[in-house]
Formats: sequence, C-alpha cells, structure tokens
Amino acid sequence: MKITPLIGLEVHVELETKSKMFCGCPANHFGKEPNTQTCPVCLGLPGALPVPNEKAIESCLKIGLALNCRVNILSKFDRKQYFYPDLAKGYQISQYDQPFCSDGFVILDSGKRIGIERVHMEEDTGKLQHVVLDGKKVSLVDYNRSGVPLVEIVSRPDMSSSIEAKEYLKKIHEIVKAIGVSSADMEKGQMRLEPTINVKIENSININVSDSTKISDTPTISVYTPLAEVKNINSFNFAQQAIDFEIARQTEEFEKSGIEKSATNKTTRGYDSIKKITFLQRTKEEAKDYRYFPEPDIPPFIIENELIEKLRGELPLLPDQLISDLIGRGIDVKYAKIIVGNEEALSILNNYKDDSDIEPNKLASLLANKKIDTKGDIKGEYQKATKVGNTNIEELKSVVEKIISSNPNVVAEFKKGKTGVAGFFVGQAMKETKGQADPKTLNKIVIELLNS
Amino acid sequence: MKELHELSIKEVLDGYANKDFTCVDLVKHFQSRIEKYNKKLNVYLALNENALVEASNIDKEIAKNGVTLPLQGIPFAVKDNFLTIGMVTTASSNILKGYRPQYNATTIERILSAGAVILGKTNMDSFAHGSSTETSDFGPTLNPWNLGRLPGGSSGGSAAAVSAGLCTVALGSETAGSVRQPAAWCGVTGFKPSYGRASRYGIIAMASSTDQPGPITRFVEDSAIITEVISGKDPYDATSSPSPVEKYIKAISTSDLRGVRIGLVKEYLLPNMRDDVKNLILDAADKLRLLGATVDEVSLMDPKYAIGVYTVIQRSEVSSNLARFDGIRFGHDRDSLCEETKRRIMLGTYTLSAGYYDAFYKKALAVRTKIVDEFNEMFKSYDAIIGAVSPGPALPLGASKNQPMFGEMEDVLVEQSSIAGLCSTSVPCGFVDGLPIGLQITSDQLHESKSLMIADCFQRNTDFLKFPDLNETI
Repeated sequence: MKITPLIGLEVHVELETKSKMFCGCPANHFGKEPNTQTCPVCLGLPGALPVPNEKAIESCLKIGLALNCRVNILSKFDRKQYFYPDLAKGYQISQYDQPFCSDGFVILDSGKRIGIERVHMEEDTGKLQHVVLDGKKVSLVDYNRSGVPLVEIVSRPDMSSSIEAKEYLKKIHEIVKAIGVSSADMEKGQMRLEPTINVKIENSININVSDSTKISDTPTISVYTPLAEVKNINSFNFAQQAIDFEIARQTEEFEKSGIEKSATNKTTRGYDSIKKITFLQRTKEEAKDYRYFPEPDIPPFIIENELIEKLRGELPLLPDQLISDLIGRGIDVKYAKIIVGNEEALSILNNYKDDSDIEPNKLASLLANKKIDTKGDIKGEYQKATKVGNTNIEELKSVVEKIISSNPNVVAEFKKGKTGVAGFFVGQAMKETKGQADPKTLNKIVIELLNS
Repeated sequence: MKELHELSIKEVLDGYANKDFTCVDLVKHFQSRIEKYNKKLNVYLALNENALVEASNIDKEIAKNGVTLPLQGIPFAVKDNFLTIGMVTTASSNILKGYRPQYNATTIERILSAGAVILGKTNMDSFAHGSSTETSDFGPTLNPWNLGRLPGGSSGGSAAAVSAGLCTVALGSETAGSVRQPAAWCGVTGFKPSYGRASRYGIIAMASSTDQPGPITRFVEDSAIITEVISGKDPYDATSSPSPVEKYIKAISTSDLRGVRIGLVKEYLLPNMRDDVKNLILDAADKLRLLGATVDEVSLMDPKYAIGVYTVIQRSEVSSNLARFDGIRFGHDRDSLCEETKRRIMLGTYTLSAGYYDAFYKKALAVRTKIVDEFNEMFKSYDAIIGAVSPGPALPLGASKNQPMFGEMEDVLVEQSSIAGLCSTSVPCGFVDGLPIGLQITSDQLHESKSLMIADCFQRNTDFLKFPDLNETI
C-alpha cells in the first residue's frame, strides 16, 4: 500500500492599508477599544454603500504578481451571503468567479512547483466576544475589524507532506512581508491558514499469472479519501500538526470504512491545538449555499496593463531572488536563508556591500549567528570580531616553545600519534597571549614545533 | 392670484426676493394644510419639528443677503427611505419603527445645502415593495383626486403630497416606476434621472442596480432644478456617474421642439389598454408634432419580457439588501416585515440559490443586456421615446391585495427603461374618469436634458396640470 497525501492551502492575509476595504475607517484594529473604528458602511447601516479601497486592490495585485499570477483584465466583486452575528450586512463582499489574480506558483527549495489557483480580495468580519456581563452570559459584537481588507491565496492541492505545506506557508509569509503589504503577524491573526487534505491510497493487485508471462509493472489501484478542510489555524506548526493528524486519521478511517471521496462528502473540521487533534464541524450536506451574485454597488474593474507594469516595477526583490542575489555575492546559502528573513541584517549587509574592508560572507556569518551588536557601530564591531591577531612568528614561537618544554607528557602523546593534543598547546598559547595570537599562525607554529 | 401652495420654486424664490411672503409664512401655510388634510390622506408619517426654526433662520439669511441658493426656503416632502438625521426613518416598515439615522443621505445633504426645508417624511410601500403604497405598515395613502383610489407607489406619499398641495416639491425614489407611476396617478410630474446620475448613498436600498432618487413636482421646471442640485459624483457611491452635470434649467428653456426626434413605442399601446387612455397618448404625440417634433411609430421588445427580467433581478437584490435586518439590531424582530417583503425575500433567495442561479439570475442578466442593446440602437435615431406611464388611471383601494405581481403589472411600461438605467419624465397628459393619466418621455442614459426639455415644452403648451378640489374629495 502506498499513501500519497494531497494538500491544498487557503491563506488569508489581512492587509495593513491605512483605511478599511470599503470605507474610510482605520484598518488597524488590533487592541483598539471595541466599536471605536466604525461608520455606517462597516456597520452595515441602512443606505450605506461600499466604495472600494484602491490601495488595497493594488496590494492584492502585488501579492498576485509576486506569486507569479496572471492579473485578470476583467474583475469584479460578488456578494457571499450567509448569516452570522458578526457579519454586519448579512453578506460578505468577496470575489467569486473573476478574482483579481489567477494561475501562479511558488517553487519550493526542492525545486517542486506548487500551483496557485487564485488570489482574491474580500473584507473581514466583525468579532464576537462571549463574556459575562452583570452575571449574565452574553455575546457582544465588536465591528472594529468589520471591513478590514483581506487577501485570500488559494493553492492547488500540490503538496504531498506537511513539511512541504509548512515550507509553502513560510514562503508565502516571507513574500507577503517582503512586499510590505502586511506584517502577516500570526499572533494578531493577520495570517490565517486553512489546509484541505485528502490521501491517495495505492494498492497493488495480486494477479495469478502463468510462469511464461511476466508483468514488468505490478498493476495498482488507487482510491482517494474524502476531502477535509481544516479551518482557521494561526500557526505554521499547528498547520503541520493538523495535516499530519488528518493524513493518519483519513488513512485509518479508510481502512475501516472504505469510503472514498465523492462530490458530496467533503467535511469541514476544526483544530484543537491543545489535544492536537482535528474535529468535525460540518458535513457537505450541512454546507452553506452562499448564493453568490455580482455586487451591484461596485462597478466591475478593468485593470489596465499600465497599472500592472507599474506595480510590477514597485515590487522589491523577493526572498528567493534575494537568496540567489546573496549567494552571487559570495555568501553561504545557510547564511543567506537566515538573512532574507531578517530585515535589519539584510539592510546592514546591503549597506556594506561595496566596502572593501568587509568580507560579505564573514559579515553574513556574524549577522546570521547574531555575533555582533547590530545597534552599535557595525564596522567597529566587524573589525573587533574578525580582528587578525598577533602574527609575529618569533614572538609566538618562544611562547609555544615554553609550553612544549613544560609539558613533556603531552608531547610524548603527540609523538605516539595522538595528534589531537595539538589543540592543547594552541589553547595554552592563546591563554598565554590573552587571545591576541592569530589562530592560524599559532596553529602552524604548534604543528611545526611538535613535529621537529 | 395663486395660493402659496400652488407656486413653483421660481415663484417662491421671487416671492421671498420681493418680500411678498416669508419662508415662515410658507411653512406655516403648509403646516396648516397638513393639519387639515393629512389625517385623511395619510401622506406624512413624520413631521420635521424644527421646520419653523429652520424657516426663520432662512428668512434671516435672506433678509441679510437676499436669495442666493437654488432651493432656499423651498419646503420639501421626502420619501421615508431617505435617511434624515433627527427625523425617524422607517421606509414604512415596522422593522425600522422609531429608527433615528446617524447620517443624512447624500441627496438630503445636497438639498439642505441648497437651502431646502424638509416638512416631513412621506408614506411609501414598505421598503418600496409595491406600486400602490398599500404595502406600507402604516396604512395606505389615498389619492387626492379620489379617496377611493390608490396614489400609486412606491413613492405614493410624495406624489400625493405634491398633488394635494402639502409641500412645494418632493423627493421620491424609483427602482422601476416608483417615481413616474405615482406621479402619473396623482396628476403631477415625476422625473427619474439615469441610473448613477444622483447618489444612492443613504437611501434604504431596494434593488441596488436600478435604484435612483428623483424629484416629484408639479412643474417640469422644478424637477429640472432639483435634479441639477442632487446630481453628480458622490465619493460615497461607487456607482454614481463622474460625468459633469448639465445645466438642466438652461437646457429646457425652449419654445418649440423643432428638430427633435421622438419615437412613439407601438408596444407601449398595450392590447388590453383602454381606448381613451390610448387616445390621450396619441393626442400627446400629435401635440408634440404641433410643437415641431417629428414623431415616428417605433418598435421595441414586448414589454412583458421586462417583467420577468426585472422581477428576478430585483427580488434577488432585495433578498440580499434586506439581510442586514436580521433582528439583532434596529430593535425589532423579522416578524415585523410585511407579507410582500417576506415574499420578495423568499423569491430572491430562491433565484440566487445553487442550481437556480443560472436558470434565473444569469438568464435575466442576459435579457437585460439585450434590452440595453435595443435602446442603444433606438437612441441612435431618436432623442426620446414616448408612451403611457401606466396601463390605466389610479386603481381602487385594495386592488393590490392578494396580487403578488400587482406592482409588476402596473409598472410594465416603465420596467424596460429602469432596467436599462435610462432617464424618464412622467408628465400629466389628460384625464379619464376624472383621474389623471401620465405620459412618459424617456431618453438615453445621461441625456436628462432631452427628456426634461420635451416634457417642459409639452407642459407649458398644454393644460393638464390641475389641482384636485380637496374640499370636494375630502
């Protein structure tokens, strides 16, 4: 039996625009007094109308471009209708069949290409707070988040392990941060993850064949387990755990029930990060019919090529491009990967790009290993850290000779073939010179003298 | 000598300038008429308690600087689906009973900046769902021409207010016929601007893709003045048109219609239409010819197809727009929605549901495109098309009861133009059985000048604008 997981991901990213998606209220809602950032539009009051935020749309297009998507010339908003107390208008403005961006991809370090189906724009909902007020259990609605711009990135089911899924998510996270449209802070809920998982199970078929015929490939039969979508995960590790749990659960379930994927048996599940399990929320029969239809309050969009090219021009070097750029500058892959995720280290590295006194890989190593104080004088710090020690051979020789003569036992060991003890002399000499000796030179002298 | 409630906007402003009367005089005059007639007619749902204070401030301003604004001191009646700060706004639905808006509709802001005084809020079909004003949760409005008759709707209160002389002018809103049909049934002028010409912000939505505010007035000229004030791009309405607003008052001052090409739509003379109604339309066509216009008989798609298209699109949008009245906010449960509203929500929910969307909504959009194309072709050769507004005169009270398609049947002649987002004037063109009949003059999108100019010239050269004798009817 061969098992291949099929994993797709929906990622929601909250944009950090100045104002909300369809009104002028501030989009930054984190930690604000409830219902202080609202207006008729995001409260869904009678008569209020949405006016799209162009900056948010541009950010969405940038994400699409960074993910190698096609920007669709024709696009529109749709209404997605469902009832929930935090949904002010009784519908969410989203995009159904004409998203802003389609058909992109992300390339994993292994070279595997993960397809992106679409990148579209929608609005966030309010937030429910279940609290006890005057001794009574009540649910309160905070509309500060209502109407905050969200970009949804939908991948194809191209990932086949939780590790690939995690790498994909990290890449999306880095890209979104790199283009500066969101800090994608998971703890603040600025990036939310929803994996959809099922498993392909292949079994070989045992056929009795006569000795004279030989079949080169054993015939196999493949089946797929029912799809499960896990909702609202807010950490890469939880996503990884949820996916692993699902792969195991679905395989086990299939062995018991033999139920295969069908058009009607997709389920929606939640993730319990304490018990580390997923649990059933809804079956397809209970799934909502969202009754999508074109949002009549917002005219459709025609995205001009000019705008697309302008936005493409504004994109910074993306993490993968940056890594290859750094490697091209003589920096080790391992340092480059750490540094692209650290804005400060990256800018320091760039600032000393053309300084002939600084060797890029050395500085990268120091930055990656947090060996220098980045708040201090970088050049001074660098020189201190990489300072070339005393190279005066005569001076060092006399120090080493003294140590050798006072440690005949160790010398004897060396002569017996225990060459590792050379380190002892280097260490002692270093101590003697208060660390001022140049290690390379010192090493050379020690070996020379021990062998003489 | 005309009475104060009979005056046009221009005549009122002249009166102020000449110190013949003050705004306080005029507001008091209307208040006493409202006191006298409103109980019976049920036109106003709420009155502006500050009207006299506002009037006196306007008088002070005029005494100091003279008349400087286009609507300075003009008493307005406003349909109850326009949000007004400080005045309860319900859209005639119990679900919004007692609702005090936090903001003014853009159109309200604009008429107030132009100096208007709002007298009160007028009755309408609940959430504008109807063409009779009978679906109002606060009782029907009666037609000032005959108290046994309906005023039409959904802006029935505004049309009756103008007809009965309970305001100088009024604001209504139209999704398909809701300005033009009550204006026709009450014997006054109604103008529906092109879709997007005036802002929808702050008007309780019925069907977002065709809703449009419009004036209901006695004189076409007054409609032109108000349209000029309320039109133009609104940053709060993404569907409002950025194209510059024409000077409608200048455009309409023409003494004849030489060079104007008009199409008389054959299909709008419905087979089941009374001959006397048909004859009024044919007479109007002759009058327009006499004024110098060429009037040709033209042909459009049978208007019955518009009923299906409009019903599907409108109900779909209604079901979505009313989702916010979920019983959690605004203080009343969904039980307080009226039967007609519930019916519309149910039908719209059905037409948008998976499996039905393609057969209904998508099909309707396709036919809508066909209708738009047909009009585009028509307006290459004609400045306007004409026909009756309504198949007949005002129907008796109760006519809409147990008739789920009442509105659609009564609005059959105005739904095509609404679906296509055209502009159109309804102007009185005669009487049958003592009840007024309206002529629609419909022009292409953003060609309001043409429709208004033809209607104004027709009105100045005919004598169909009359006041009902309220002492006789009441």
